[in-house]
Amino acid sequence: MIEVIGLTKRYGEERAVNDISFSVKKGEVLGFLGPNGAGKTTTMKVITCFLPPSEGTVLVDGLDVRTNSLSVRSKIGYLPENTPLYQEMTTLDYLRFVASMRGIDSKVQQVRIAEMADVCGLESVLGKRIEALSKGFRQRVGLAQAMIHKPPIVILDEPTTGLDPNQIVEIRELIKNIGVDRTVILSTHILSEVEVSCDRVLIINRGELVADGTPRDLQAGFAGDQTVRFGVKSDADPVKTILSGWNGVQITDIQDLSDGETMFTLTSSRTDDLRPELFRLAADEGWILSELSRVAVNLEDVFRDLTRDQGL
Amino acid sequence: MRETWILAKRELHSYFDSPTAYVVMSVFLLFTGWFFASTLFLENTASLRSLFNLVPFIFLFFVPAVTMSSFAEERRAGTLELLLTFPVRDWQVIAGKLIAVMTLLTASISLTLVYAVTISMLGDLDAGATFGGYFGLILLSMATGAIGLFASSLTRNQIVSFILAFGIIFVLYMLDKVGPFVPGWMAGFLEYLGTDFHYRNLLRGVIDTRDVLYYVTLTIFAFVLTSYSLSRRRD
Repeated sequence: MIEVIGLTKRYGEERAVNDISFSVKKGEVLGFLGPNGAGKTTTMKVITCFLPPSEGTVLVDGLDVRTNSLSVRSKIGYLPENTPLYQEMTTLDYLRFVASMRGIDSKVQQVRIAEMADVCGLESVLGKRIEALSKGFRQRVGLAQAMIHKPPIVILDEPTTGLDPNQIVEIRELIKNIGVDRTVILSTHILSEVEVSCDRVLIINRGELVADGTPRDLQAGFAGDQTVRFGVKSDADPVKTILSGWNGVQITDIQDLSDGETMFTLTSSRTDDLRPELFRLAADEGWILSELSRVAVNLEDVFRDLTRDQGL
Repeated sequence: MRETWILAKRELHSYFDSPTAYVVMSVFLLFTGWFFASTLFLENTASLRSLFNLVPFIFLFFVPAVTMSSFAEERRAGTLELLLTFPVRDWQVIAGKLIAVMTLLTASISLTLVYAVTISMLGDLDAGATFGGYFGLILLSMATGAIGLFASSLTRNQIVSFILAFGIIFVLYMLDKVGPFVPGWMAGFLEYLGTDFHYRNLLRGVIDTRDVLYYVTLTIFAFVLTSYSLSRRRD
């Protein structure tokens, strides 16, 4: 559906995006992840035909953004960062304006607007001026304008930034519904968001693609050493002595918790699960086991690992 | 072309749904009314001459005030990005805005028809000169409007946009008045480049193609510059 081929975008001397290639399949929900200033927005601006590429190109449904810009634009619904809207217009007038600009016949407009109002929950604010709306509602208006022409592709730049937790959940729910029959690209720097709403994740850092895969793949691929939390309710010193020489395990952290519990964090490069052996060891030594759990690597760790060289 | 009209309609709505249009038009009337009426009985001639002499001067401030937000505010608010990712060409966006600006200016000018009617009842009004004057004003609002849009497309700050537009329109207005201070060969050339020279030609009631062509060329020139400025897509 979308093919980004060797895309480079320069602003003067600075390369905002450097030789990025990826493709997005039809119906996929792609999360674009990266620290601020990594090139997410720039890439999106090129796909939406706002910025021309410096080198390389983007094909949308086989059409080149440089030569078929207008046809590409009509296939895309776009919500830029910070949801720019005409503040002085009412929601209804605004949606009507966008619908006309998108070439929707005036007879069909009414139906479409009603549909969008229903999907995005805008019925109660159709007559209100946009400047009087809450941020959550503005975001919904932004989503409605991006989908009013039923585009096969929807591109959302940080759709949940600046919303309160309830609104974030609502907007995510909405995005999930949008993604059912459309290709969606959304950018974010909130990691849990990708885990919740995306089929695939691209991590971009300093204009370069550093990871590409499903959220699960990325977690698995970057799991590396296994980490186990091992809590005992007995004298910590003998435990420490025994563990430090045991099975190539390294103690990375020892925490004294309240009520006499000690929490050891152990890492090992072994791939098989350490827990059964640890349990047996505790049983043999007569330690009172209070916790034995494997720490899952989350996307957050993957992200930090990949983008570490840069102050976030 | 359809998109151009939709855009022009939206612009006009935003002028007339907010105080902008009403402030512009009332202050315009106030200015012209004051200066026109105060000299009318002194001169004691049935002519709109003083009105027509005054309006280009008022335009120096008015046109920049009307156009200053056009692109600058959209750039600041980010709506320009949305606008330019709709399936429309940049020139359609500029044309839509120019039509809206011209409509507002023409509406303001047409309010002074009240004076024309009053004078024609009081005495013998020169129809040719009056027509030439109004025609000239419409051409002037088109050309200066296009310049104002260009200034607005250069920045995201409305004040900078206003001052830039004022500066350009002021220089063009003054070009035919510097004659005494420059060598003779240059004076004629500068005079021809000035907006007021051609306007005064039209005021005589003679519609000369060269004058019309001048304003059209100036408009196209400003239009092309705006288009270039937009295509560079600076934030």
